[in-house]
Amino acid sequence: MKNAIEIRKLTKDYKDIRAVDGLDLEIREGELFALLGVNGAGKTTTIKMLCCITSPTSGEATLEGKSIASEADEVKKIIAMSPQETAVARNLSVRENLMLMCGIHGFDTATSRQKTAQMIESFNLQKVADKKSSKLSGGWQRRLSIAMALVSDPKILFLDEPTLGLDVIARSELWDIIRDLKKRMTIILTTHYMEEAEELSDRIGVMKDGHLLMVGTAAELKEKTGEDKFENAFIKIVKGGAV
Amino acid sequence: MRRMLSFAGRTLKEMLRDQLTIFFGLGFPLVVLLLLSIIQANIPVDMFELHHLTPGITVFGLAFMSLFSGQLVAHDRGSAFITRLYTTPLKAHEFILGYTLPVLPLCLAQSAICYIVAMILGLKFSANILLAILMNLVPSLFFISVGLLCGSTMSEKQVGGICGALLTNLSAWLSGVWFDISMLGSAINAVANALPFVHAVELERAMVMGDFSAALPHLPWVLGYTVVFMALSVFMFLRQMKRQ
Repeated sequence: MKNAIEIRKLTKDYKDIRAVDGLDLEIREGELFALLGVNGAGKTTTIKMLCCITSPTSGEATLEGKSIASEADEVKKIIAMSPQETAVARNLSVRENLMLMCGIHGFDTATSRQKTAQMIESFNLQKVADKKSSKLSGGWQRRLSIAMALVSDPKILFLDEPTLGLDVIARSELWDIIRDLKKRMTIILTTHYMEEAEELSDRIGVMKDGHLLMVGTAAELKEKTGEDKFENAFIKIVKGGAV
Repeated sequence: MRRMLSFAGRTLKEMLRDQLTIFFGLGFPLVVLLLLSIIQANIPVDMFELHHLTPGITVFGLAFMSLFSGQLVAHDRGSAFITRLYTTPLKAHEFILGYTLPVLPLCLAQSAICYIVAMILGLKFSANILLAILMNLVPSLFFISVGLLCGSTMSEKQVGGICGALLTNLSAWLSGVWFDISMLGSAINAVANALPFVHAVELERAMVMGDFSAALPHLPWVLGYTVVFMALSVFMFLRQMKRQ
């Protein structure tokens, strides 16, 4: 299977801090790859560089063969991001938010209406479609946020802490949505929830202090650390006790 | 173009659906106009005659547009919404136009409503009023640029302080809308004349009177400030975009 993302020696410095240090990574097409790490590990900076929001200090990354440094406009046409916090226009309804994203991606009105209707149906947003997004619960807002990211049919989707702060039911519903998206596109997921990474991901990368410490499936990481529980394996890797 | 128009449409909806925008943007200048007209009816003062007062009120009202546009930009910057938009094909100039253009019709509508209310109160209609409304596009661009500049460099709360308190007070007290600034002494008079507010008001008054030769000396001041602040706001917006 070909690689959707290829990262070579990607580095980002902020004044005296090296947020990402020489990251090398390949993510396969159609794979759901989870980036794990404690706060300040460099996950968000990595995603910001891959999404062309932040320029790398050195190194290179290509997404579907397009360089984040020299082909940012092309990269932006094939990616979408659902940020960690609520990323919706507060005074616009669910339908208007979806129409807005269609317009921003350059779709004409007829196509925008069609895509919006399709997203409302796929994400079961019918009963809140004309409700102001600021009036929605956290779960509905995250659902809308992911739907907004998908209107452009991205080849690569970045999900930054998609279930942070949600209740068990809302989280389980979002997991179902993410499972449905698997294989249709490449997904890079960041999360603090170990069970989420274990449940949803094909492979997991553990970051600490800007370095990628270990990459593998959840089973491989448990095996390498000699732990039965994935959470213990993660702790062992981060604390430096891994083989 | 379609991308920019979609984003501009969102800016317009966000502003129109904010009740504070409607109240302060439209309601407050009208309240001031009505109150001063009542005072004028009881104690006649030249300054408060409608042909003199209304142009000043329309310029004063534009200061609120700085507040609203600045707060929207600052709010977006502080939220993940802008992060999402930075990952889309929307380009820097489309962001800037999308934040600026939708505020212009609001400014024009605000000026038109002020003149309509003034006409109900007794101001005589003339074609000069239409020209005066159009001329307000120049100070409108100045005030929107101030909003974009503040929104690009400050937090939403700070924008409230600078645009909501400082700018509205400057445009209220150093513009000669409701009193002759020469009464404040030569130093303050000089400061007021070095700022664009008094020139914007005098420009608008001259347009309403159809005295275009009186308008000319004030136009370079307002245009100059507008160009400088537009350049500054674009520069600062691009800088914060890069810093993301």
